[in-house]
Amino acid sequence: MELKTFTLRAAKKILIYSFLIVGSVSMVLPFFWMLSTSLKSFASVFIFDITKIQWIPSPVYWGNYLDVWKVVPFARFYINSFFVCAAVTVAQVGTSALAAYSFSRLKFPGREKIFFSYLATMMIPGSVTLIPVFVLMRIFGWIDTYMALIIPAAFSAYGTFMLRQFFMTIPRDLEDAAKIDGCNYPQIFMRVILPLSKTALATLTVFVALGNCVSFMWPLLVTNSIEKRTLPVGLAYFQEMYQYAQPDWGLLMAGSLVTMVPVMIIFLFSQKFFVEGIKLTGMKG
Amino acid sequence: MLKSSTKEAVAGYLFLLPNFFGFLVFTLIPVILSLVLSLVDWDMLSAPKFVGISNFVNLLGFHLQAGKLVANDPLFWKCVGNTLFLMLIIPIEMVAALILALALNQKITGIKLFRFLYFLPTITNGVAICLLWAWIYNNDFGLLNSLIVKFGNFINQPLKGIPWLTSTLWSKPSLMIMGLWVAMGGYNMILFLAALQGVPRELYEAAEIDGADGWQKFWAITWPMISPTTFFIAIMAVIGGFQGGFMQAYVMTGGGPNRSTTTLEYLIYNHLYSWQHVGYSAAIAWFVFVFVFAITLINWRYGGRRVQYYHY
Repeated sequence: MELKTFTLRAAKKILIYSFLIVGSVSMVLPFFWMLSTSLKSFASVFIFDITKIQWIPSPVYWGNYLDVWKVVPFARFYINSFFVCAAVTVAQVGTSALAAYSFSRLKFPGREKIFFSYLATMMIPGSVTLIPVFVLMRIFGWIDTYMALIIPAAFSAYGTFMLRQFFMTIPRDLEDAAKIDGCNYPQIFMRVILPLSKTALATLTVFVALGNCVSFMWPLLVTNSIEKRTLPVGLAYFQEMYQYAQPDWGLLMAGSLVTMVPVMIIFLFSQKFFVEGIKLTGMKG
Repeated sequence: MLKSSTKEAVAGYLFLLPNFFGFLVFTLIPVILSLVLSLVDWDMLSAPKFVGISNFVNLLGFHLQAGKLVANDPLFWKCVGNTLFLMLIIPIEMVAALILALALNQKITGIKLFRFLYFLPTITNGVAICLLWAWIYNNDFGLLNSLIVKFGNFINQPLKGIPWLTSTLWSKPSLMIMGLWVAMGGYNMILFLAALQGVPRELYEAAEIDGADGWQKFWAITWPMISPTTFFIAIMAVIGGFQGGFMQAYVMTGGGPNRSTTTLEYLIYNHLYSWQHVGYSAAIAWFVFVFVFAITLINWRYGGRRVQYYHY
């Protein structure tokens, strides 16, 4: 009897592992194909016999990784992405934290109404506000400037809501003690609230940074010149260069892999916050 | 000396000010502006012309043509159809995410590695994913067609490659397969996993004493216990799906062939940017809004407390 449950359990384990491994392989295989293609020369990508699939390139051709920086100004895209992403993240987390403190701790006339208007706008589809903000950018003369890439993304009702929910859980006693010690509101905010909210702030930071790193439609709309493009838009632009010809897929895949690196690094260092953040809020992107 | 309650109110407004300024300029005013824009005809060059509800009539209306009822804007309805068709993958995505979460919820070594691998497409820049799949789907040199021809040689049947992204028959299924690959191990799986971990162990222990097998335990305990999460994921997927498909259309297909992969989001972009129909694009955006609002109402009505909590 005991042996039977044991073998049953082992069989179940094997089944689950093989299922998970098959799943992982199907996840990794396309990425592997991406890597493999990026290490092939133009001539060896376009094989005449379609059945000759070359998983491991031979010879390994590193040229794509050298050329890709020359064909398209990827270094510039990198700098743009990094700068815009950093500015948006700092601004959004900062303004969200300030507003969240106000909503969660300070009493003022109209507070509930303003907060409700924040909540109500959160379900509005992005394209509803995207169109008028795009028009505003043209009126402000911000098209093709960093202003257009940064300022509209620097505020978020979602970040405010999330931090407010977190600040509400901080016990008030600590603030009262600080008040008795003669702290004013900015001091309480800096010395009590922020240090106690490191996890929530880190989670929001990761979400904002990752979300902004991969944002596509907005940077595409408001940038025209190559010098202002961020990585995703730059990559799309790279592909558009081959509009009327068979693209140099080795070069394109090398470019794609190059753009994947920053987000991967953010994720590797923040996986914990990321997973916790999803569980905490059910947030997507 | 100010009264302390006045002081608090002043501090409250000051702390709120930077965020509220942005909220006002980039959310609240744009929502109203967007409604105004949907009532004008404007190409961003000449002066805007007020046209009342005629954008909406052109968008949603029908007229008689040779005794037949014809849509004023057949392209719009085609895009509604495309968008809804592409959303048919959502249930499959959810089942895949749930199965993965169930597998990962066992005591397993290397769970972090598995979770990372399944999560990889989610954290990858979407344009890179689209390019990768455009390459895999390539007619003449793509990996999938290579495999198909190779398989044909293997079974001694001459098989031809499939025109994945270049035929109206296959373009949508191709995007759906890619979507499944991206979505199954992503946010939804993590949410399912969190829900599964929240089911009390005692329930399973009690069921085991009563002699329930795995299948019975799933349907009697797991499924009802995680149903709020399932409902939440479904709602969010429907809301997201209705606004989706822009990047795929832009990078992989250009919305074609024959407009078969143009979703509402891509149509909005086309009207706004390519054709300079600002008012008309705003009208389509409001159509999307009404749909999303209806889904949100369903969520509020039937979602229950747990889902309410999740709904941001």
